[in-house]
Amino acid sequence: MTEVTDYRATEDRVDVSQRVQALPSPAPDQELLTLNMGPHHPATHGVLRLLVTLEAEIVRDLKPIIGYVHTGIEKTAEDKSYWKAIPVVERMDYLAYYFNAMAFCGATETLLDVEVPKRAQYLRVIHMELNRIMSHLVWLGTSMLDLGAVSVWWYCFRERETILDLFEQSSGQRMHTRYFQVGGVMEDVPAGWDAKLRQFLKKMPWAVDQYLDLLNRNEIALRRLRNTCPLDEQTLLDLGVTGPLLRAAGNPWDLRKAMPYSSYEDFDFKIPVGTRGDNYDRFAVRMQEMKESVKIIEQALDGLPEGPYITEDRKVALPPRHELATSMEALIHHFKLVTEGFRVPPGEVYYPIEGPRGEYGMFIRSDGSSKPARVHMRDPSFVNLQATLPMVKDAYIADLITTLAMMDPVLGGVDR
Amino acid sequence: MPDAPGTELLAQELREAHPDAVLGTEFFRDKGAIRVAPAAIGEVLEILRAKGFKHLMSVHGVDYYPEEPRLGVQYELLDRDALDRLTVKLRVPLESPNVPSVTLKWPTADHQEREVYDMFGVVFDGHPDLRRILMPEDYEGHPQRRDFPLGGEPVLFTHDEAQGKDYTMGTDRPNA
Repeated sequence: MTEVTDYRATEDRVDVSQRVQALPSPAPDQELLTLNMGPHHPATHGVLRLLVTLEAEIVRDLKPIIGYVHTGIEKTAEDKSYWKAIPVVERMDYLAYYFNAMAFCGATETLLDVEVPKRAQYLRVIHMELNRIMSHLVWLGTSMLDLGAVSVWWYCFRERETILDLFEQSSGQRMHTRYFQVGGVMEDVPAGWDAKLRQFLKKMPWAVDQYLDLLNRNEIALRRLRNTCPLDEQTLLDLGVTGPLLRAAGNPWDLRKAMPYSSYEDFDFKIPVGTRGDNYDRFAVRMQEMKESVKIIEQALDGLPEGPYITEDRKVALPPRHELATSMEALIHHFKLVTEGFRVPPGEVYYPIEGPRGEYGMFIRSDGSSKPARVHMRDPSFVNLQATLPMVKDAYIADLITTLAMMDPVLGGVDR
Repeated sequence: MPDAPGTELLAQELREAHPDAVLGTEFFRDKGAIRVAPAAIGEVLEILRAKGFKHLMSVHGVDYYPEEPRLGVQYELLDRDALDRLTVKLRVPLESPNVPSVTLKWPTADHQEREVYDMFGVVFDGHPDLRRILMPEDYEGHPQRRDFPLGGEPVLFTHDEAQGKDYTMGTDRPNA
């Protein structure tokens, strides 16, 4: 404790100059310029600071400096019972809230050994794939904004708005919906929801083609994307890069296909891959992924099984409202769940899923109490960020902007 | 996933290569884990790489407070051909929290080892650039340790400063 309360005294004693690392000294015949890009640069998509060393317009070295939006979500989650930790966990990668919730709920369900009803699994898939499209739309809009194609942003947010409306209808919230529960989902989708979703699914492939029409014949966009900052498959694998960035280099690794979870094995879809691993491939892979997501949602909606939307295990899921008035047992379960939460058998699990940016892996350690003893998200943005330097080394600073846009890091996920 | 006997076999091979490396195995919820001695982590991961676990997907830090040894580091390995996952776990005491770094062999561990160092104070010997990554460089303490209080970040309100008071802790909870 005194360690913390004496903070100010210790802070005054700290000699920061000792900890600043010396930069490599430039060779005498060249002049290197060290520049801070960010943390408030609009092209960094959040609060990312890049310490770039430039030789004229060429990037010679780069260090990402992160932590500006570190909010201690993992620490906060340790103080909440499992079901109350879902909303904070959702806020890690704020464009992939359904994926964060899925990773957390999946890990908790593995610890509890709870079976999730088929209908809940399908509803989860529908919402996750909608989330994937939504995330890719935000990526496309903001990336093209960085490249100067302002109008694309408006088209992307047109479709994104429809998705957020669908989320609002099914859960009451547009973002950070807390729709996924341990054991299933919060409630069934309302009547008429599927009709609105079908309308959207009919429009979405056309909308993707419309974005492609705007960009695929845009000479400026093409020149900035094609053949810029490629990185080979092996380097990406060594750096632990996953998701569209890896697939753009030709490696068809996708956890939905390779190690299916939440009934992904029921659906027929393709994994788009690139050939050269340049920025254009990164762009093209994501564009096709949106179309594949539409196919998955269509199949899930057609095959949506009847049945409960959350597990019947009353030790984990809240009893239905109507039972509270008539059943003493339901009231006790309700009281125990709301006050203490459920207890989880001790153990450690790692639950990886495929999100819009790669492998979201939730590690939970349970000590047998109703609160997790350790929550850790392996966030793909955090790991993928290590590939920035190999990608942009010896490229122009304009290509650095493009590459950063095509890497699609979400700083909420990086810093957590 | 390697089943329980499969995990045992892997551990046996590791024992044959390095008699002191393996401390035990676990099998929980269809997933195997091997507990190893901290000093052997580099060699263990290399042997497992040769067995097909070519990808290091994640490195987590864990604090087992009040158990001893307190700090843990876990390595999530992935075999993309056999579609297998395996966890390698190690524990170090708070007094000598030293673990050999694997960053030079597994470049992906760079940021993740720095995070574990930042949050738990595990020192990765041989890491090329072991600095704090999420917390400020001059930060004191390792916030993810279990005995670090929630709301442990002192806040100075201008109101208090004018009255010559010191930093205050959050008042919504007793200081752990």
